[in-house]
Amino acid sequence: MIRDIIAYGVKSGWKVHDASQLSSDMHIDADVAIVGTGAGGGTAAEILSAAGLRVVLIEEGPLRSSSDFHMLEREAYPQLYQDSAARKTKDKGITILQGRAVGGSTTVNWTSSFRTPPETLAYWREQYGLPGYTPETLAPWFAMMERRLNIHPWAKAPNDNNDVLRRGAAKLGILTEVIPRNVKGCWNLGYCGMGCPTNAKQSMLVTTIPSALERGAVLLTRARAERLVFDGAKITSLRVRALNAGGITTSPYSVTVHARHFVLAAGAIGSPALLLRSALPDPYERVGKRTFLHPVVLSFATMPEAVNGFSGAPQSIYTDHFLHTQPLDGPIGYKLEVPPIHPVLAATTLIGFGESHTRLMNELTHGQVIIALMRDGFNEHSQGGSVGLHADGSPLLDYPITDYIWEGARRALLTMAQIQFAAGARSVLPMHEDAVPYHSLNAASKAIEAFPMQILRTLVVSAHVMGGCGMGNDPKQSVVDGNGAHYHAENLSVFDGSIFPTSIGANPQLSIYGITARNATRLAEQLTGRPALRPLDSVS
Amino acid sequence: MLTRRQLLGGGLAAGAALVIAGLAYEFSPDRALRDPHYRFVILDEEDRAIVAAIAPVMLAGALPAGAVEQVVRGTDVAIAGLPLHVRAQIRQLFGVLRFPLTRMFVAGIWHPWHSANAGEIAAFLQHWRYSPVVQLRSAYDALHQLLMAAWYGNEQAWPPTGYPGPPKVG
Ligand SMILES: Cc1cc2nc3c(=O)[nH]c(=O)nc-3n(C[C@H](O)[C@H](O)[C@H](O)COP(=O)(O)OP(=O)(O)OC[C@H]3O[C@@H](n4cnc5c(N)ncnc54)[C@H](O)[C@@H]3O)c2cc1C
Ligand code: SF4
Repeated sequence: MIRDIIAYGVKSGWKVHDASQLSSDMHIDADVAIVGTGAGGGTAAEILSAAGLRVVLIEEGPLRSSSDFHMLEREAYPQLYQDSAARKTKDKGITILQGRAVGGSTTVNWTSSFRTPPETLAYWREQYGLPGYTPETLAPWFAMMERRLNIHPWAKAPNDNNDVLRRGAAKLGILTEVIPRNVKGCWNLGYCGMGCPTNAKQSMLVTTIPSALERGAVLLTRARAERLVFDGAKITSLRVRALNAGGITTSPYSVTVHARHFVLAAGAIGSPALLLRSALPDPYERVGKRTFLHPVVLSFATMPEAVNGFSGAPQSIYTDHFLHTQPLDGPIGYKLEVPPIHPVLAATTLIGFGESHTRLMNELTHGQVIIALMRDGFNEHSQGGSVGLHADGSPLLDYPITDYIWEGARRALLTMAQIQFAAGARSVLPMHEDAVPYHSLNAASKAIEAFPMQILRTLVVSAHVMGGCGMGNDPKQSVVDGNGAHYHAENLSVFDGSIFPTSIGANPQLSIYGITARNATRLAEQLTGRPALRPLDSVS
Repeated sequence: MLTRRQLLGGGLAAGAALVIAGLAYEFSPDRALRDPHYRFVILDEEDRAIVAAIAPVMLAGALPAGAVEQVVRGTDVAIAGLPLHVRAQIRQLFGVLRFPLTRMFVAGIWHPWHSANAGEIAAFLQHWRYSPVVQLRSAYDALHQLLMAAWYGNEQAWPPTGYPGPPKVG
């Protein structure tokens, strides 16, 4: 029997309020109000509450925990993801996966944990005036979060889906490496994307958030932060709308939060949208701009042997080879990984319909998928997307795919087919509506060269939303400074993936953990006037 | 392409009552799929006839006899799980498919849905899938995602795929 630490904590008296159950308006007073409970919000909540500050967390999604995680896609997507895992960009060209529950995207992510690549940090120092962002000065913060979340290279054998990437790359002389994962006692089940049923995944849901709640933090769920109230110098309060139990429609009740300091951690898309709704000063129109996605293209192979991509740690092998075959600001580079393969994700992703689609589904156990995550934001032809608002105030990301990105997408489709054939694939189906399963590399290459690269023809997805409240030393090009402090409101910080001025070039969670740990510790010191607990070896 | 009448008729008028009916299921999509007294949240009879006509073509070779009803209900549940602005767009799509003139001239379906034949429906899907008009490609994509999710979320769909279902834990 797995202990549901959340249910247990709630019983023991944690201050958790489900706003959908309110029968009148509510007021909350705190030292710090944090919007969002994902990678940034969770990390900040633990550090600020450990410093003795009274913290309130405001989360739009529900509180769900191990005993609710039944490993069923039909339950997990509507309950734990933004827009039932079908969030789209404005022209519908890209499907975006983002979490929407306590723990944010960390509750459903795939556990890959990388430090921010040194070349990304170098670019930030040069282009955005962030001298504090060196691998050496950040190392203690990354090390602290690696310890906190038990991050280690995956020690068990990769599952067969990952092993195809390893084998195929090895045949071509391409180096692959083992992915570090934030797990403790992982059962190797493969259902990280539906909420870990064993509490092995060290997401915010089972680590930092319980620790903040133990220290008296207040958690408000099914509560959507609608608007920050600004008096010309600082934020005076936050207006929060209660949602109904299902989280789609709004309840008649609202919550007003007063705090000394406000932290936005609603994720890239969520945080810029809240700033836009609040109409805070934005003299250079930077809010929501330069939103990045690591746009992903996919390649589906049918292997002679069973792969069972639904089973086993979803991501354990990667290669950065194609990030380094050209300069950082040259043609776009990409990281190669694999995704888990479950029926709904597969069926909605696989191209075509009718008999051809059914044939692919009937060979699902032999299916193998490689994904290429393109490193956007380092070239003048890759300015990312921009977040705007629907008439009802909800966010809308416009991300036009430029020819620069399409060129990389075509290259990536080719690379993935090469690796899959090298690993012995019977056939390879690039995820493009014009494709059919190809039985030789030659046939696949010819087809890929000729594909019209257009949205809703080439399948493009993303699970890594970054930017939109970019940091930097120049208010003309940035929303926050290098500590995440907002340039135009005194008591407002942004601590999440939205502060990155480019994409990361690696799965972003550890970048968010480490950088938030640094910035939240500084904020704790500023608010308490006392030194906060720092990692022993941190110098700045 | 959409007339004002369709937007209002298909999109908004039916809204409020449906939203209220939907609240009960917003909370538990899983229960909605099993409830013997399920009340449709989004799709009315005419919409359901459209899904019931498209499903056997979209899922040809995958749907056993009698399973169409599962897909129709699953589609309703899936739409009910989407934010209101997305639901409104899907209502517009159904508006186009319902209104005889757009059904004929935009979708190319010359018979009412219940008597449209499989070849005609396959041609319609294929036409939208490769349309130069990006909105039609995205409408195809929406139908693809909804119906695929509605079927493959079900245990019933799994045996032919070899997916054993989730492992036992605890
Ligand atoms: C399926 C999937 C797999 C992934 N796999 C990996 C991986 O293996 N490795 C990795 O490094 N990264 C992975 N990621 C990405 C990673 O999880 C995210 O980059 C990271 O969690 C982002 O942190 P964040 O704090 O910016 O936002 P999030 O973690 O997304 O948290 C934001 C939270 O804010 C809430 N919110 C938004 N708006 C409001 C509002 N107005 N009011 C109240 N609450 C609001 C949201 O509901 C959400 O819970 C994955 C993501 C997904 C979806
Ligand atoms: S693979 Fe490990 S971390 Fe992922 S869901 Fe299974 S037990 Fe949890």
